[in-house]
Amino acid sequence: SPMICPVRLNLESKMNWGTFYAVISGVNRHSTGIGRIWLSVIFIFRILVLVVAAESVWGDEKSGFTCNTQQPGCNSVCYDQFFPISHIRLWALQLILVSTPALLVAMHVAHRRHVDKKALKRSGRGSPKELEHIKNQKFEITGALWWTYMISIVFRLIFEVAFLYVFYLIYPDFKMVRLVKCDSYPCPNTVDCFVSRPTEKTIFTVFMLTVSGVCVLLNLAEVVYLIARACKRCMNRPEDEAKAAWITQRLSSYRQNEINQLIADHSLKSKLTVTKKSPTEKGERCSAF
Amino acid sequence: MSWPALYAQLVGTNRHSTSLGKVWLSVLFIFRVMVLVVAAESVWGDEQSDFTCNTLQPGCENVCYDQFFPVSHIRLWSLQLVFVSTPTLLVSMYVAYRNHCDKRRILQGQEEELETLKKRRLPIAGALWWTYLCSLVFKMMFEGGFMYALYVVYDGFQMPRLVQCDQWPCPNLVDCFVSRPTEKTIFTIFMATASSICMVLNLAELAYLVEEGTGREEKPAAGRER
Repeated sequence: SPMICPVRLNLESKMNWGTFYAVISGVNRHSTGIGRIWLSVIFIFRILVLVVAAESVWGDEKSGFTCNTQQPGCNSVCYDQFFPISHIRLWALQLILVSTPALLVAMHVAHRRHVDKKALKRSGRGSPKELEHIKNQKFEITGALWWTYMISIVFRLIFEVAFLYVFYLIYPDFKMVRLVKCDSYPCPNTVDCFVSRPTEKTIFTVFMLTVSGVCVLLNLAEVVYLIARACKRCMNRPEDEAKAAWITQRLSSYRQNEINQLIADHSLKSKLTVTKKSPTEKGERCSAF
Repeated sequence: MSWPALYAQLVGTNRHSTSLGKVWLSVLFIFRVMVLVVAAESVWGDEQSDFTCNTLQPGCENVCYDQFFPVSHIRLWSLQLVFVSTPTLLVSMYVAYRNHCDKRRILQGQEEELETLKKRRLPIAGALWWTYLCSLVFKMMFEGGFMYALYVVYDGFQMPRLVQCDQWPCPNLVDCFVSRPTEKTIFTIFMATASSICMVLNLAELAYLVEEGTGREEKPAAGRER
């Protein structure tokens, strides 16, 4: 069920994270258990914390940045030198980029449904009930979907690690300093500049980095889990159904309906049926290959 | 700006798009509208209040800000997004017109047919194909036009830290300092990149439509398309 952001400070930005959540959580049906945990961690510990707390801490980052000089422009220039991009913006971009590979999976599922619908219509069994069933069908993570899912997790990992690295490059220390010394033009000499709320910012930075690390671990666990599942499926395949399963998997899954029709004519229909539940794990050929 | 309302409008037109069109819509909303609302608006929020000139002369800051920033990046991007989204409405208007014409031909009382009429997905052929093509061309023109306008008005995508201004009433050539120039440069480059990706998607969709359209002409009586 969709989460409702409890605090409504800035209506527009809240509504957009809300829409974003609605879009991303639609992918939840086709995720593994670890994938769902990852999604919850993203929304509760990162987006919600970002919106509700961190934005107020960094809200006065520029107005509260004071330099020990009356020279106009020195504040701006020193702020720009020490904070090329604000933590808040980096985290928002990181969250957006890290969440979007999940849409790859949604696109793949939509494509499969579209193709199944077409095949069904062509074979003449396009009753509204069957079309509804296809809309709500939950696909098992096997075959091409397994690869799409794997690729989406790899991209997630890459983006997550890339942003952590960029963060390290720009702000090498996770601690926020209280005082910076600056002497860019037009500051008349080396002036002391003071950062607003450094301790609170350090606390939130540590929190967000920790949760980022947890998400990386969850993604790695999911990769390992998917590979383990694929190998288990590979090894459990019994020999008697091997040939039928081999034919089915060989001609990719979206031709399944057409194959059924063909084989029905050759009276092998009992072995290959398109039912709501996909064939038991034992009956499927190793899906990753 | 009520972006959710725009989103609701455009998602309705999604049914009659090609797959590339659907990808384009997602890229538009996630990488452009969301980034604009969530991040960019806070970066440009204090653009005028924090624009400081090295003078006490009243009015000098206002005049210099106006000279160097005739229209803010945020407003340009919002306008760009609105203009780029609207050609899709051409397509939905045409579909609504077709449905209206077809409805009139159906006799009263045939409720089922009316329902299927509302829910059907028209194939992209004939006049709909031309409408779709026009909407793509307009999208690309607006996209390119706004990017070019931004480039010309701001002399490139980089935001300078310091501008020198001598408009009346500034007493002489004064230094004026822009707030957060590096962050603004980063976001300008990000939005320009997202814009280019959208243009590439539109080009790809155009090529796909043209190929599909010409393919259909070559095989008019074919049963099934590959």
